Amino acid sequence: MTSTATLAWFARHELTLAWRDWVAMMSGGRTVREHAITIGTLVFVGLLHWLAYAILSPILANGVIEDKATLVLLTAMLLAAFSMILSQSIEQVTRAFYARADLDLILSSPAASQHLFAVRIGAVAFAGTAMTSLLAAPFINMAAYISGGKWLGAYLVIAALSMIATAISVVGAIALFKAFGPKRTRTIAQIIAAVVGAALLIGLQVAAILAYGNLSRFTVLRSEAMIGAAPDPASVAWLPAKALLGEPLSLIALVIFATAILAAAIAYHAGEFANHAVAAASSAENTNKRSSRKTNYKHRTMAQALRAKEWILLRRDPWLASQTLMQVLYLLPPALLLWRDMGPNTQVDVILAPVLVMAFGQLAGGLAWLAISGEDAPELVATAPLNANAVLRAKIEAVLAVIAVCACPFILGLTIISVVSAGMTSLGIVAASCSAIAIQLWFKTAAKRSQFRRRQTASRAATFAEAFSSIFWAAACGFAVAGYVLAAAIFIIFALGTMAIARAISPRG
Amino acid sequence: MTHAPFPALHLDGLHKRFDKPAVDGLSLSIRQGEFYALLGPNGAGKTTTLRMVAGLLKPDSGRISICGIDALADPIEAKRVMAWVPDEPMIYDKLDPMEYLEFVAGLWAMDTTIAERQARELITMLGLDQQATTRCQGLSKGMRQKVALAGALIHDPKLIILDEPLTGLDAAAARQVKAVLKDRVANGVTVIMTTHILEVAERMAERIGVIANGRLIAEGTLDELRAQSGKTDTNLEDVFLNLVADTERLTSSIAA
Repeated sequence: MTSTATLAWFARHELTLAWRDWVAMMSGGRTVREHAITIGTLVFVGLLHWLAYAILSPILANGVIEDKATLVLLTAMLLAAFSMILSQSIEQVTRAFYARADLDLILSSPAASQHLFAVRIGAVAFAGTAMTSLLAAPFINMAAYISGGKWLGAYLVIAALSMIATAISVVGAIALFKAFGPKRTRTIAQIIAAVVGAALLIGLQVAAILAYGNLSRFTVLRSEAMIGAAPDPASVAWLPAKALLGEPLSLIALVIFATAILAAAIAYHAGEFANHAVAAASSAENTNKRSSRKTNYKHRTMAQALRAKEWILLRRDPWLASQTLMQVLYLLPPALLLWRDMGPNTQVDVILAPVLVMAFGQLAGGLAWLAISGEDAPELVATAPLNANAVLRAKIEAVLAVIAVCACPFILGLTIISVVSAGMTSLGIVAASCSAIAIQLWFKTAAKRSQFRRRQTASRAATFAEAFSSIFWAAACGFAVAGYVLAAAIFIIFALGTMAIARAISPRG
Repeated sequence: MTHAPFPALHLDGLHKRFDKPAVDGLSLSIRQGEFYALLGPNGAGKTTTLRMVAGLLKPDSGRISICGIDALADPIEAKRVMAWVPDEPMIYDKLDPMEYLEFVAGLWAMDTTIAERQARELITMLGLDQQATTRCQGLSKGMRQKVALAGALIHDPKLIILDEPLTGLDAAAARQVKAVLKDRVANGVTVIMTTHILEVAERMAERIGVIANGRLIAEGTLDELRAQSGKTDTNLEDVFLNLVADTERLTSSIAA
C-alpha cells in the first residue's frame, strides 16, 4: 500500500469529486442542449460585461482620485463583499463537520483526519474566491479594460478576503462547538451566517433611514459625518481599499496576511476536526422532542392535509427558518422606513415597492423549493390517490399563503400612503412570487428538506433565473409606482423574457 | 375457499427499459388475500416492477390491473386500494407518528374518527406507544420502518406492496411486522413483498415468484418451485440459487 491519506492525496480526491459535481451541475446530467446552454451563457456573460462597462466608463474615464471619500466607498464595498463571503464560509465550514456523505468512511479509516480538514477548509476558501470572482468578474475585467491592468489585482483581493473569512469561520465554528456543543452549533451558525450576510447592508440602510429618510446606503457613505470620522488616508485601515486600487505593496501585504491567518487557523484547529465531527454525528438535534398537542385528529381535505403538513414542517425546523431569515432580514429597513414615514404625500412608496417585491420574490423561491422539491416522503405523496396537479396546487397554495401573511402588514401600511401604490406593489409581489414558484416547478428535483442550502448550487440556472426575475419585477414595480409606465413595461418584458429563457433551459423545457 | 372476482394484481406483458431492459414482458397474477413473495437477484427487476405497480414509474408497455382497476388508465382509483412501503421509510422527521398517520389519513381522505381510532390501534399493535408523540427524527431505523408500515395500513388497503420491509429491523421488530402482515392476509388483504431473506419468504409466502433479467422464471408454492428446479427435499435458498443459475447459464449461452 502506498502512502495514502497525505494532504495531496486528499486534495486530489476532493478535486475529482468537486470536478464531477461541477460537470454534472453544468450539464444537468443531459447530453443534449449543451451547445445552447454554452451559447446562452456566453451571451449572458457578454451582456453583464456590457452593463459593467456602461456603469464604470463614466466613473473611471477621468481616473480615480484616492481621497478619503473614495477610500470610504471602496472599503464599504469590500466590507459588503466580505460579509457575504463570511456568511457563506460560516455555513460551509460548519457543514464540513456535519456532512456525513463520506465522513464516516474517512473517520473510520486510519487516515489522518486533519489532512481532510485542511483540504476541505481550503476548498471553502477557494469556493468563496471562485463565486465572488465570478460575480465581480464583469466589473473587474471592464475596469481593467478602461483604466489599466492594475484592477486585475482585485481578484487577489477577493482571494484574500475569502481566506480571512474562512479563517474567521473556522475559529468561530470551533468556538461554537466548545460553547454550545454539537447539538446547537449548526443552528446557531446558520443564524449567525444569515445575520452576518445581511448586517452591513441593512445597517447602512437603517442609518440612512434614521439620518436621511431614505434607503440608499450611499447617502451614509458619502455623508460629511462619515468621511470626517474616517481615519487618515495613511491609516492601515485602508489597506484592502488601496490593494483594490492596485497599490502593489498593499496588495502583497494583504495576500500574505490572509494566507498566514488561514494557515494558522487550519494548523491550530485541524487536530480537533475529528472529535467535533464525531460529536456532531452523535447528536441528532432535538432527538427526543415531544409534541405538545393533545388535540384529536382534525377533519381535513387532501389539499388541506398537504398545506397543513407544509406549514407544520416549516414551523418546526429552526434550521430552515434561519435559512429564510436572510430574506426576512432585508424587510426590516423597509418596515422601519414605513413606520417612520407613515402618512400620505410622501415618496416612501416609490422606495419601498421594489424592495418588497424583490424580498418577497426571493422568499417565495426558498419556500417553493421546500414545498416542491424538498419533499421528504415523495413516494408517499406519489402513491396517494391524488392527482399530481392537485398536489402541486396545494403546495403552491401553502407557499402563497405564507407570502400573503408576511406581506399583508406592509401592504396595509402602503395603503395608508397610496392605495394605487399598494395595489401595484401587491401585483408585483404576486408576479415575483409566482415567477419564483414557476421556476422552482420547472427546475424541480427530488431532494430532502435538509438539502435546502444546496438548492442554489444544485442549479445555477434556476438560482440566476429566480434572482433576475425578482430584480426585473422589482424594477418594473418601482417604475410603475413612480409613474414611469414605459420603463415599467420594459422591465416587465425583461422579467417575462427571463422566465421564457428559464423555461427553455429547464429540464421540463 | 371462494376467490374474489378479480385478482389483487394482474400484470400482462409489462415492459420497462432503462439503458437495458429492466422488466421484460413480465406477466403474473396474484389472488386477493394471498401472501406473495417476489424474489430475484440484485438488478433482476423486482423493485422496478413494484414501482410500476405503485404508480411511481410508467411502463413502456403492458397492462397493470389492481383489484380489477386498470392502474394505467385510472391511477387514482388504483392507488385508493393500495399501499406502498419502500425499503427506506418515507416519513417526515418533524412530525410525530400520530401526526404522520393523520397526514396519511388526510391524503386518503379518511373519516377523521376512524382514522384516529385506526392510528391508535396500529401504534399499539406495532409497539410504538412510547414514541407516539415523539418526533420521528429521534426514532431508530426499525421504529421508522414501523411508522411507515402503520402509514401503509391505516387506510385499509386491499393490496400492500412492500419492498424489503425487514431490512435493518431487529428480531423483535421483524416479528411484529410479520405478525401484522399475517393478520392482514388472514383478513383478506393481499401482500406482495420482495425480500432477500429467503427464510421469511419460505415461511410466510403462499406463493413465490422468482424473477431474473426482468422475467418471471418460476412461480408457485415452495413444493412447486422445488419441482421446477428439479431439486426436491431442499430449502428455498438452494431452489432459488439453482433457478437463477440455470437462467444465467441460458442467458449466457443465448448471448454467446
